[in-house]
Amino acid sequence: MNNRTGRVPVREQDPKQRAHNFNEVCLGYDVEQARLEAGRCLNCKKPRCMEACPVSIHIPEFISKVRDGDFAAAAGVIARDSSLPAVCGRVCPQENQCEGSCILGVKSEPVAIGKLERFVADWSREHGVEFTDKAAPNGIKIAVIGSGPAGLACAGDLAKLGYDVTVFEVLHKAGGVLQYGIPEFRLPKDTVVAHEIENIRRLGVKIETDVLVGRTVTVDELMEKEGFRAVFIGTGAGLPRFMGIPGENLNGVFSANEFLTRNNLMKGYDPEYDTPVYVGRKVVVVGGGNVAMDAARTALRLGAEVSVVYRRTQKELPARVEEVHHAVEEGVEFRMLSNPVEILGTDNGWVRAIRCVRMELGEPDASGRRSPVPVEGSEFEIETDMVIMALGTSPNPLVANTTPGMETNRKGGILADEDGMTTKPFVFAGGDAVTGAATVILAMGAGRKAAAAIHKKILNLPE
Amino acid sequence: MDKFVIIEKKSLAPAICLMEVYAPRIASSALPGQFLIVRADEKGERIPLTICDYDRERGSVTIVIQVAGASTEKICSYREGDAFADVAGPLGQPSEFAVKPVAEMAGKRYVFVAGGLGTAPVYPQVKYLHQAGAYTDVIIGARNKDLIIMEDSMRDVCDRLFICTDDGSAGEKGFGTDVLGRLLDSGVKYDMGVAIGPMIMMKFVALKAKGYGLPLTVSLNTLMVDGTGMCGACRVTVGGKTRFACVDGPEFDAYQVDFDEAIRRQGMYRDQEREAGHKCHIGLGK
Repeated sequence: MNNRTGRVPVREQDPKQRAHNFNEVCLGYDVEQARLEAGRCLNCKKPRCMEACPVSIHIPEFISKVRDGDFAAAAGVIARDSSLPAVCGRVCPQENQCEGSCILGVKSEPVAIGKLERFVADWSREHGVEFTDKAAPNGIKIAVIGSGPAGLACAGDLAKLGYDVTVFEVLHKAGGVLQYGIPEFRLPKDTVVAHEIENIRRLGVKIETDVLVGRTVTVDELMEKEGFRAVFIGTGAGLPRFMGIPGENLNGVFSANEFLTRNNLMKGYDPEYDTPVYVGRKVVVVGGGNVAMDAARTALRLGAEVSVVYRRTQKELPARVEEVHHAVEEGVEFRMLSNPVEILGTDNGWVRAIRCVRMELGEPDASGRRSPVPVEGSEFEIETDMVIMALGTSPNPLVANTTPGMETNRKGGILADEDGMTTKPFVFAGGDAVTGAATVILAMGAGRKAAAAIHKKILNLPE
Repeated sequence: MDKFVIIEKKSLAPAICLMEVYAPRIASSALPGQFLIVRADEKGERIPLTICDYDRERGSVTIVIQVAGASTEKICSYREGDAFADVAGPLGQPSEFAVKPVAEMAGKRYVFVAGGLGTAPVYPQVKYLHQAGAYTDVIIGARNKDLIIMEDSMRDVCDRLFICTDDGSAGEKGFGTDVLGRLLDSGVKYDMGVAIGPMIMMKFVALKAKGYGLPLTVSLNTLMVDGTGMCGACRVTVGGKTRFACVDGPEFDAYQVDFDEAIRRQGMYRDQEREAGHKCHIGLGK
């Protein structure tokens, strides 16, 4: 086998072309490429990849089915542990998880597990493969708050166990960050996201949109008046952070959340849709995470010249390597070791420049990364007419504030144990609402654990 | 009945209409001061609108919309029996008095200054206070008589109603601030004032009322996308701090609000809106 040579390259849209459209960047493997890449897997006895997967997908097993060309069986293996494979195959940070621990990575490149997962998920969607096996309905009502990755994973598992699950979502479309946050060119909405949500619905999960739990109805009302026996809270981390520097409220300064929501959820980039999108001629994105890359690459596609300002170096960028690589290929400029100190405006109150200070790396901080320190007297200005702040997000406090008996930590995250159990009986929580902003797959993992814990809790109830 | 069906539609003025919408969940939890978000159809924008009335038994909420661009025009074009794609709410904090014990409101004296469309969100507040036994004076001001709305319904729930127009075509000629000044000069003592209307009008009411030491609340109709604290489009400076009108407001202490910034931020998408309006008004386009 060719496992000592590198992985099979995946087809991508040409950078020059894709910088001007919202079509998906990565085109995925075809049947032959997938089987060839699957052939590289050593089928380890103790699969380290599987241990590194937050939802413990049986990775060597599904890959061996791909190698054999039995894609439906491969999909069946994945479906045992993941309800969103087409999403995870695209947006999981595989390099830190399954692929990061693949033994082939020591001497060569790890197996392209993410791309294979994506291939299997796309193949099953295109070939109408469905997995709707579920236990007989038990009539027990469970409420899931939030339809992002944590909520969907929890809802899917509970539905398979026979529960009567209703998901409450405040926005008009289910999916949470998959809808409003991750752009079309990384995660197509109408095909991939819509289909994965449809699969959850096919399991019998009801999704009620336009409901803001904490305002429209409270957790207590759901349990006391509407007969829900347990509640899972997966409300994510939706509140944008700002830097608190002068000029942040000038016209033309946006949170990445606003810019991305207008484009992704509201499809503002498409003139057929009513929601307006402002895009500058010269855009500065502040931050170095995946959200910063998404915002930069969206602005680029809308015709802007884009630079990303980040206070550490390329090595410390929290964004996935693949995303940074794509951004560079498309023409996004990076200004490392720069930290904004002020945003300057015109007489009319619109952004005209951002003033930054140069940084150098000092001692490692608590996260182990060397912390940047400002170089005195090194301030400089970048001319810009749009600044996008992508500095991370915090949990939305609304559900916690309106649910007596459920405690939160200092950062606003809901206090929950390993299984997602909160300090309020029969109320569980997981995902970013508990941990603060993290990844799709960790949220899914938390949703699945909570589903199992809810099931156990209800089974143990005296009749 | 299906969710978000328009039960009743009334024209209040040439470009202003009132709609009673079936939305039982919102109707059961709405309080004065809160707003909701309407999305007319699949391609529609999310438009924040203040709740103008709610009927818990009928399961309905009432909104008043003025055509101000392509999206509000689309909403206003809906007829009785049509349904909106989405109505989400109630959003934001209720008015301060609406979360206090009702008994505390009895005998309290309130003055409201409503500017144009701002009359609509003032109505449920006055109605609530009236039922709670408070005394309410209401001043409605507008450019001309065509823009005076809900006069009769307001009269039913307030103690005294004052109407004024810029051109004198209805009520007295002048601004709401003039009437407010006169009332305060005449020695009427109010426990609280509330001003709701265009930003610029609220700014001037605040300037006027400040001289009299009248505690004043305003309701800010900022730009919004989600309305739940996610986007930050609605950020306003209140007391030197950045607040989100959608979750911290929409009502704030008038004397703490940076109105000039709020007015500037409200116009952020004016160019795009003009373009959108241009696109569809002549019926060409795609």
